[in-house]
Amino acid sequence: MRRRTWRAVTYGVPLAFLGLFFVYPLAAILDRGLRGAGDPPLDVLADPLTREVVWFTVWQALASTVLTIALATPAAYVLGRYRFRGRSVVSAIVVVPFVLPTVVVALAFLAILPDGVERGWAPILVAHAFFNVAVVVRIVGTFWANLDPRLGEAAATLGASPAQRAREIVLPLLAPALAAAGAIVFLFSFTSFGIVLILGGPRYATIEAEIYNQAVRLFDLRAAAVLSLVQLACVVAAVWVATRLERRLVVAGGLRAERDTLRSIRTRREKLVVAASLGGLGLFLGLPLAVLVERSLAVGDGYGLDAYRALAEPTSILLASPWEAIVNSFVYAAAASVIAIVVGGLAAFAVADTRGSRLLDLLVLIPLGASAVMLGLGFLIAFDTPPLDIRAAPWIVPVVQALVAIPFVVRIMVPTLRSIDPRLREAAALLGASPGRVRREVDLPIVARGLAVAAGFAFAISLGEFGATVFLARPDRPTLPVAIFRFLGRPGEVNVAQAYALAVVLMAVTVLSVLLVERVRMRRGGWF
Amino acid sequence: MKRLTAVLGALAAAAVLVATGCGGSDEQPTRVVLVTHDSFAVSEDVKRAFEEESGLELRILKAGDAGEVVTRALLTAGTPEGDVLFGVDNNLVKRALTGDVFEPYESPELASVDPALVVDPEHRVTPIDRGDVCLNYDKHWYASRGLALPKDLVALTLPRYRDQLVVENAATSTPGLAFMLATIAEFGDRWQGYWRKLRANGVLVVDGWEDAYYSRFSGSAGSKGKRPVVVSYASSPPAEVIFAKPRPSTAPTGVVEASCFRQVEFAGVLRGAKNEEGARKLVDFMLSKRFQEDIPLQMFVFPARTDASLPPEFERFAVVPERPLELPPQEIEQNRESWVDQWTDIVVR
Amino acid sequence: MLRIEDVTVRFDGSAAVDDASLEVGRGEVVAVLGPSGSGKTTLLRVVAGLQAPDSGRVLLDGVDLAGTAPHRRGIGLVFQDHALFPHRDVDGNVSFGLRMRGDPPRRVTARTAEVLELVGLTGFEHRSVGSLSGGEQQRVALARALAPEPTVLLLDEPLGSLDRRLRDGLLEDLGQLFDELGVTAMYVTHDQTEAFTLGDRVAVMRAGGVVQVATPDELWSHPADADVARFLGLANVAGKEVVRPEAVTVRASPDGNGTVESAVRTGPLVRLRVALDDGRALEAAVAAVDHPAPGDRVDVTIDPEGIVRLR
Repeated sequence: MRRRTWRAVTYGVPLAFLGLFFVYPLAAILDRGLRGAGDPPLDVLADPLTREVVWFTVWQALASTVLTIALATPAAYVLGRYRFRGRSVVSAIVVVPFVLPTVVVALAFLAILPDGVERGWAPILVAHAFFNVAVVVRIVGTFWANLDPRLGEAAATLGASPAQRAREIVLPLLAPALAAAGAIVFLFSFTSFGIVLILGGPRYATIEAEIYNQAVRLFDLRAAAVLSLVQLACVVAAVWVATRLERRLVVAGGLRAERDTLRSIRTRREKLVVAASLGGLGLFLGLPLAVLVERSLAVGDGYGLDAYRALAEPTSILLASPWEAIVNSFVYAAAASVIAIVVGGLAAFAVADTRGSRLLDLLVLIPLGASAVMLGLGFLIAFDTPPLDIRAAPWIVPVVQALVAIPFVVRIMVPTLRSIDPRLREAAALLGASPGRVRREVDLPIVARGLAVAAGFAFAISLGEFGATVFLARPDRPTLPVAIFRFLGRPGEVNVAQAYALAVVLMAVTVLSVLLVERVRMRRGGWF
Repeated sequence: MKRLTAVLGALAAAAVLVATGCGGSDEQPTRVVLVTHDSFAVSEDVKRAFEEESGLELRILKAGDAGEVVTRALLTAGTPEGDVLFGVDNNLVKRALTGDVFEPYESPELASVDPALVVDPEHRVTPIDRGDVCLNYDKHWYASRGLALPKDLVALTLPRYRDQLVVENAATSTPGLAFMLATIAEFGDRWQGYWRKLRANGVLVVDGWEDAYYSRFSGSAGSKGKRPVVVSYASSPPAEVIFAKPRPSTAPTGVVEASCFRQVEFAGVLRGAKNEEGARKLVDFMLSKRFQEDIPLQMFVFPARTDASLPPEFERFAVVPERPLELPPQEIEQNRESWVDQWTDIVVR
Repeated sequence: MLRIEDVTVRFDGSAAVDDASLEVGRGEVVAVLGPSGSGKTTLLRVVAGLQAPDSGRVLLDGVDLAGTAPHRRGIGLVFQDHALFPHRDVDGNVSFGLRMRGDPPRRVTARTAEVLELVGLTGFEHRSVGSLSGGEQQRVALARALAPEPTVLLLDEPLGSLDRRLRDGLLEDLGQLFDELGVTAMYVTHDQTEAFTLGDRVAVMRAGGVVQVATPDELWSHPADADVARFLGLANVAGKEVVRPEAVTVRASPDGNGTVESAVRTGPLVRLRVALDDGRALEAAVAAVDHPAPGDRVDVTIDPEGIVRLR
């Protein structure tokens, strides 16, 4: 493929996609909101309440990010260093919390935490960490596994203690992945909605919650629009900082294929470290999940599989049997993953290019931080006239899910793409490979692992996606998270149990899907 | 490489299947679309009955709660997503009417409906069901301690009922809002004082109904909650019976009748609907006995039709307050924002 | 000073290093020579502390190094393919060891400049690692290892990726450097020229074991067995006897006892393959500019001094 065509495609496709399905609806709703007579829009900004909300949103997101990285690092280390049986299973299981709807997780947390500690900012931070550990473990862990271990060894022979090695060698080389993962966690925590409401109690509110309040409860679209802009501004700023950091931190070279870097666990000390890291994380993630499982099995005073059996029966609240919800989720997630991989993959190549566009870099990440409420409403009014009357089209759902998944794909692949030694590409070119061929033979094998991780993520995200699509009318094809939510909306023990049972099913499906996607690897190792 | 291509190809095929599964919305006179909220439910055979009777395919679009549904309708007024909207409640109806979302339609079935439920003389909205938001209590909790049950709103400010009440946030929860409105209806200008006393008496405020009912309320099945009084629905006690295994002979929870706030749900033909005639047929059907009698066990509210019979559990365990608390929709719409602000100041901060 | 005793390292059941023993005296350079897969790199890693042996031990000045972490051993390592830190410039790389042990900044700068001068890279401090040529990178790697004055220096095929001219030049420089500094070193390579040029003694490794340790002269004149002989590039290995090419005299003669099969000039010498009438084939190394061509009849004589008996 000629270079110019390649550039056109890698820039054009993502831009077109984002332009049509993100910028256009968002602009439509903002326009609707800001227009019209009334108080000047800055009214909302002057309100001290607004300032409080913005401040809280920002600092809890920062704190959540720091906490998440701290908790995730031991497991990322283990995945980045050692080869052991069950490695991919661990990597897949970590994703489970990420996928669960916030309502379910919040209830599980509430069940565990002792009475006095339930509400406040601390449970919010912990819950955010619970959800987002997956992002850090997988992104950083994958990147770590590609670092050349000889660099650390060289440092050791030069007298660097393990702590010094971590500081001088590992940290700087790992920094791009940390920045990428940190940015994503920040964005998720920033726009977090359900967790803050449920675990924080009425005293804590984020910008997103306020937007929801204004748009839906009070139908004050103007205030909602202004707040969205504030939120967008914060998000753009955060993303700009993160991408800048990432760019600056990237160092070409120092990467090798996983086959050559992972070691088996030999000494007792190593075994201890691995056990402690994975065990610790397992406990942290496992406890709330165990509560879910236990609750799903609770029948009357004892335990049984009744709730699971009930899932096979159609129920009027879903207008279908819950199993259909599972199938729906699967199909939507598959479609969304394909879209995300294609669009996101192309964007990643464009961004990672040495003369890559900063704009695309930013643009791709922003949907993560945009208000789900506003986006959903935007879809309603933007796509209401033929030929674009696609509000009720079923494929709108995977498109919106892909919007959330694309940033992940890009963020995962870009640091890896950038770190590929350019000499390898040059060598391939000199051996007669066209630019397209170079991509295939050099880049793809190295980023293959990253691609698999990205695909797994995209799939998991789409499975558990709840926020962005909540405002899109879904023809009677509920997805799993929606089904769980609906079951929870009714009193009665059987309903609750079914909700939990569905949550357990969602967990299982997630793990299996992610494992499956990761099995698809590039067998041909290319240079490595 | 080949395997990756194969998997991607399979996924793409799946995507295509999804896309072609439902073609875009065209002018198909053989279909009527109902836009409603997440809690809407109807039995399969009742739905089929409508489809057979009318010769139309019934398509149900669900997303969000009542507030979200109304917001969406307001935003798409004139080019609506469907033909009939169901789920506007009396708290929101004024807003919907002002937004010119509906087309007036007076259904002949209205003759059998309780006239007290009709709020719009132009019949832009039609009452379909009513439910009440009431305080629920845990019978076992009180019995085991030998304490008297709270009998009205004032009781909850008394020291003997300290730390027993959990309510939802009026700013974010529909039942929470309804309960706040109940206290305003009851106490008029002194409602703020009432809430100050409630706060002093240890009321717990949580975000949503699920949290309040499943985690904090001691009377719901499987809950580890510690509070025996919660804001829920008049239909919650029968639900606790119906969905329990095995079924108990008495309801484990009860309702404080004097605290009930009337909620009515309306349906209406959307202005600009593609299938206006089908929409009218649907509204008629929703007022028919068949549909109305299906409502209690599906949506856990009461039918608007006076001659609809109730399922036995409802007869036995549900309470239909004779004189529930109410406020005119106009007043609600005008003052809601400032009321919620004040409430938040008094109770939450 | 450095003593390797019966070290064995197993990977997945098979031994990469099999009961290897070696001694390196103070100021001595021992070249470890062997084909790929002979275990030489693994042995080096054991000495550096990057690989724990399954049995055997490594002693430095009589002290068993087992249990001493690599960063405390004071043993430097120059890696194959340099392994320079890509996120630091030349100065950052070379001064690394000095900073790790906490030398004051002034001392660090001085020593860094000193070492860069030693390897002929004065003024390169602020160059980025990626912009250097292969030879320069290898020199930086060397400088980096030398800077903290390690007790023992280990080198793992440091010249492997360089072109001939560069390699020869660096070889010379290295030789001088080792002499000047009196470095105690283990130099691992598969190249005989490197091993013989730099090594005070040469240890030949094969399949994980040390097969022979001797000075270059000794090794050349008395290889331990046929394999070693062939590995050293000795032609004319037949059974237990090796005939040195230099000891084979070839003169053009119409009624000689052999025919020239091929003549290849490899620089100053010409290698002649001669097929003798009695069936044997011999290789001769001839220094004359004028030499018999393929097809010529020649007279071949063997100097008995040039016949080596293998053990």
